[in-house]
Amino acid sequence: MDWLFYIIGPILLLGIMLGFVTYAILFERKVIGWIQNRPGPNQVGPWGVFQTVADIFKLLTKEDIVPERADQTLFKIAPIITFVPAFLVLAVIPFTDRIRFADLAVGLLYYMAISSITTMGILVGSWSGNNKYALLGGMRSAAQMISYEIPLVMSVIGVVMSAHTLNLTKIVAAQNEVWFIFPQLIGFVVFLIASIAELNRTPFDLPEAESELVAGYHVEYTGFRFAFFMLTEYAYIFAMASLTTILFLGGWQAPFGWTFLPPLIWFILKFAVIVFLLFWLRGTLPRLRTDQLMEFAWKVLLPLALFNIFLTAVLKEVPWIQTFYR
Amino acid sequence: MLRTEEMLLNVGPQHPSTHGVLRIVVKIDGEVIREATPVIGYLHRGTEKLAEDLNYTQIIPYTDRMDYVSAMSNNYVLVHAVETMLKLEIPERAEYLRVITLELNRIASHLVWMGTYLLDIGALSPFLYAFQDREKILDLFNELCGARLTYNYMRVGGVKWDAPNGWLQKVEQFITMMEKRMKDYHQLITGNEIFIQRTRGVGVYSQEMAIQYALSGANLRVTGLQRDLRKEHPYSIYDRFQFDVPVGRHGDLYDKYLCRMNEVEESLKIVGQALASFPEKGRVLGKVPRVLRVPEGECYVSIESPRGELGCYLVSKGKDKPWRLKFRRPSFCNLQILPVLLRGENMANLVAILGGIDIVLGEVDC
Repeated sequence: MDWLFYIIGPILLLGIMLGFVTYAILFERKVIGWIQNRPGPNQVGPWGVFQTVADIFKLLTKEDIVPERADQTLFKIAPIITFVPAFLVLAVIPFTDRIRFADLAVGLLYYMAISSITTMGILVGSWSGNNKYALLGGMRSAAQMISYEIPLVMSVIGVVMSAHTLNLTKIVAAQNEVWFIFPQLIGFVVFLIASIAELNRTPFDLPEAESELVAGYHVEYTGFRFAFFMLTEYAYIFAMASLTTILFLGGWQAPFGWTFLPPLIWFILKFAVIVFLLFWLRGTLPRLRTDQLMEFAWKVLLPLALFNIFLTAVLKEVPWIQTFYR
Repeated sequence: MLRTEEMLLNVGPQHPSTHGVLRIVVKIDGEVIREATPVIGYLHRGTEKLAEDLNYTQIIPYTDRMDYVSAMSNNYVLVHAVETMLKLEIPERAEYLRVITLELNRIASHLVWMGTYLLDIGALSPFLYAFQDREKILDLFNELCGARLTYNYMRVGGVKWDAPNGWLQKVEQFITMMEKRMKDYHQLITGNEIFIQRTRGVGVYSQEMAIQYALSGANLRVTGLQRDLRKEHPYSIYDRFQFDVPVGRHGDLYDKYLCRMNEVEESLKIVGQALASFPEKGRVLGKVPRVLRVPEGECYVSIESPRGELGCYLVSKGKDKPWRLKFRRPSFCNLQILPVLLRGENMANLVAILGGIDIVLGEVDC
């Protein structure tokens, strides 16, 4: 039966993710519409539920244009390089203690390592299109994602130190007593900011700043290749929101012992709060400038993350507080 | 050392942040701009030349198309020039209607600027809020003169339409609502740390430089010079109203934002005062000859449009058509400083600085 699991599992996961992406886009447009006093999509189907389906269908039927002076091979594989890691990282995410696909001992490390491959795809895509705006967007993207990966990784070290493991399931189990958001508050803030930057979302959406770079790194892409970049973006929202839930919000664990809801529902609720937060920020904040963005990563977030590691190391030895860190 | 190359980048004319069909040819080194040259003329329609074959009433709709964000001021500057030449008496009620519409149009114009500027900086929502408020002003105009943007409202000797029943009350309601909304805007934008970071100390120029480049409007006042034509040499009935001229201190983009937002508040004050002393009844169009023959001569009048000094130079040979008509368009004059401001700036600042100047391409190209 094992082989069946390995075939059906990923297909199921892909289906879940695609379903999420479809409705996350609708949800985002509805939330932003709500913030901006307008109805949002409401024409295709009741409450606009088929809007994204229609959009995807439109993208599928579009002409597939490859610029003549583009590097043909690289141009075609770039969307794949970008998307595949976004799906691969989902393998280690435990949704509950039963629903998970791979229980790696180094799950967290795996996530961080695989997700950084996406930068490469973006860089390749922007470079191969032979477009100046795309190139600028790609350069920004590479600089931003590499810079923010460091505080991102540093900020979770505190969690790893507290949980004594890199295994995501065990990290959730370690939050039995108290969620890591409380003892690791600095880590959580740094992680949240760095993850928004990793996701290329407002206020860190410079790689695709439409008012400066038209569309950023995917400016030359049309049709389904373009859809892949969009898909990647939302797949990462899915992955990152899940990871935030697991690392800091206790995963599927019920707060205050409210176990009347099943673990999966608790996971989805916490996950939805993070996703909503991302959409909310997009409706509220302006965009940072490239140099400010870099300064913020290296001069503010990185020292904070390092301080958090130091603090965790010290607090772990203080008698009473020790109990929070197991 | 790595060999680096300068890259030539065409920003526009279809770029989303050039506010129309402006094209800027920039040479960039990485993200740093080495040289920027604005290329204009994509929207040139030859308004000034066309005007030479039209009589004065026929020119008015053409002026609507110049600065289409505040068409009332364009309407006004033309009729003001003709009235100055003819030495016409304008009925009291018409003057009040003019001031109210001019100031409402200024508010609408600044709202458009604020919304699109924030959109340039990357914030989506203020754009929608600003346009919703502006829509209310456009609805008022629609009720008054049947058009939302191209009003064709002013006439030589007065205005075309009297205020319909209940219109003044609606304006009053709008003023009360807008005063509340201004507080919301300040809460949402003025204190926003990212917005301040993006605009504080960016695009700075000195007062001397502003004068050398003949900047006007908020672009000049931001350097601390208190020059507003409504105060300097009041036209219409502006000398009857109490209002302040907001000025900046640093000459940067954040001050420009504050300047314009404060101007909206001052405009609200002016409209409020105008409503309070609005004449009960009277004509809205003075006694004007059927065929307007402007006596031979020339004159230059200028008014404070939302963008700066909007001037109209009129030469007449005694015919019913102008011999030469020339508009001093503030957007065009203010744009001249752009290459200097952009040199050495970051790419992301390009849209911020360009947006800060507040150009309308219909007016730049005329």
